Amino acid sequence: MSEDYREMWQSLGLDLAGHDALLGVLGGAYQDIFLSQKNRPAGMAYFDFVMSEVHGLRIRELLDEKKAGRKIIGSYCVFVPEEIVLAANATLVGLCSGADFAMSEVEKLLPRNTCALIKSSFGFKLGKVCPYLESADMIVGENTCDGKKKAYESLGHLVDNLYVMDLPQVKSDHGRALLKSEYLRFKTEVENLTGVAITPESLREAIQTVNKKRAAIHRLSALRKADPAPISGLDALLANQVFFYDNPARFTDSVNKICDELETRVAEKNGVFPAKAPRILISGCPMAVPNWKLPFVIETSGAVIVGEESCVGERGTRNLTAESGNSVSEMMDAIVDRYYQVDCAIFTPNPDRLNHIREMAAAYHADGVIHYGLQFCQPYLMESIPVEKALEEKNIPTLRIETDYSMEDMGQLKTRIEAFVEQLR
Amino acid sequence: MQKRFAGIDIGSRTIELVVVDESGKIVTSLQADTGFDPMTAAKALIHDVPYDRIMATGYGRNLFEISFDTQTVTEIKAHAIGARAFFPDVLALLDIGGQDSKAISLFESGKVKKFEMNDRCAAGTGKFLEIMAKTLGFDIESFGREALLAEKELSISSMCTVFAESEVTSLIAKGKNRREIARGLHTSVIKRAAGMINRVSSDGDIVFTGGVAKNPCMRHFLAETLGRTVLAPEDPQLVGAFGAALLARDIRDIM
Repeated sequence: MSEDYREMWQSLGLDLAGHDALLGVLGGAYQDIFLSQKNRPAGMAYFDFVMSEVHGLRIRELLDEKKAGRKIIGSYCVFVPEEIVLAANATLVGLCSGADFAMSEVEKLLPRNTCALIKSSFGFKLGKVCPYLESADMIVGENTCDGKKKAYESLGHLVDNLYVMDLPQVKSDHGRALLKSEYLRFKTEVENLTGVAITPESLREAIQTVNKKRAAIHRLSALRKADPAPISGLDALLANQVFFYDNPARFTDSVNKICDELETRVAEKNGVFPAKAPRILISGCPMAVPNWKLPFVIETSGAVIVGEESCVGERGTRNLTAESGNSVSEMMDAIVDRYYQVDCAIFTPNPDRLNHIREMAAAYHADGVIHYGLQFCQPYLMESIPVEKALEEKNIPTLRIETDYSMEDMGQLKTRIEAFVEQLR
Repeated sequence: MQKRFAGIDIGSRTIELVVVDESGKIVTSLQADTGFDPMTAAKALIHDVPYDRIMATGYGRNLFEISFDTQTVTEIKAHAIGARAFFPDVLALLDIGGQDSKAISLFESGKVKKFEMNDRCAAGTGKFLEIMAKTLGFDIESFGREALLAEKELSISSMCTVFAESEVTSLIAKGKNRREIARGLHTSVIKRAAGMINRVSSDGDIVFTGGVAKNPCMRHFLAETLGRTVLAPEDPQLVGAFGAALLARDIRDIM
């Protein structure tokens, strides 16, 4: 990233020394993990560029949008509907939560045994190193797990623009009604922020824009069913991660371009791993940028990741919003219906998620499932044991991994993953 | 001339080298301390030993792979293969080494079915027993024998090596019997190991491998706690290297 962003970062109030250190680590990791992969699709160059400019050019674009009167809304969760944000002439961005930063400061505010993702979101704020957070006109917190909902109480003292969205925990008529009332409240809040009233036309266009983005990811996912896999799990994860940052239309085009290339690869049986390489489905907690630790270990152990049952993956993108509504009210109902299907582990009971894991394992021809749980993430760790049991009853080998963003367990992790891959051969 | 195949298991405390002939019979077996420089120790160990192919396992396998351009296998698979060579019908095994412990269940074919591994800390491993033996003034070789001589056991509640050490120190200060404390420490490791085994395998005989399997108190009370037969090869520390050597023999397409 070039020098001329320093003034921009300074104006956002970033800590330049800390930010330089972060970018240094990020750049090194990106080189080792992504650029060292062999036979990558040429279309990945776009994502390499996006990542190299993730705190540079993309932030400049957002600031230019702001200058033109558009608002920026930051979110930590796939339950925040991008359709509503876009329809009110605002831009939605995912906020940084994939690396440990300023941990000693974080632990003054949060207990040590808080999951790495929540700690990270605080670290980026306290360390003043997330330009997305500092650019945002509104930060949306959401009551998913207990950790997050209590953490937002403390985050509210660190930022003056936090909006907290309540979410149901049970899929029932009451649950759906709560989601609907919260989405309507959010709609009003966003309209107040932007001063733009959502119309049937703007909402329909927003629904279509987001659906196209999801459809492009569906196309990418479908291509990963091929053996040999035409794209690595790391590169596909990267596309799923960039989903949260990039301009939606440009993202859609770029993913579709890669898919054109991958179609040729599939026809030519040109893969990034040899045919018959063990195929792994990852299921569990979201992997936010730059949390590439587990996929890196898996794919350097000779296996290929063919799908992610994750918020940064198919749990987040699989359902489309119906485009048939005519009025704002009909379309809001369609949005509620769409997000109500997200099978996050905060729901009890949550049988849809297990069914989805089984479906994905079959559809992507996975030889085994690795369940990824962040340490101290109660909802996903609680589900991991019944998930493992149910999959093994169907003779799908399953490995439960519990880890965080630190590197201290890399040796153990490598042995466990390698042994699991040996088991699948 | 018969071909020779070697397996080297680079563990946290010791390195084992086993060489087998074409029939899989052990022709050489050597052991050395890992020390602070595992690659130098490994090089010294293989220096005068002739072999046609070598396979590395253990936590140092990836370093060895880079230095010697060879293939590697995880300890889990290596132990499974080694254990089955000693006990062809067994479907479960427990390996407790210097810094980790693993419970493994196998299919009838010998393939690994499922495994559990301790993560991150030394609780319930050889290192735990070693530190506790030292705290109590026993040497590690006699620690298990002494614990077996205890008439009763004292309960130790801490599994963490650091906390258990201070718990032991305070028991010593209270004038408690060393052997009874030692028995309690063994029991705490056994409970943890039994839990791991039970999660991957519910019945049948168990092969016990790794340095800790040399400890008679561990073998005795593990069998008693589980109500299952615990089998240990004559030298349980060799099992990983032996498994790797057998694998080196059985891969045909890499050379």
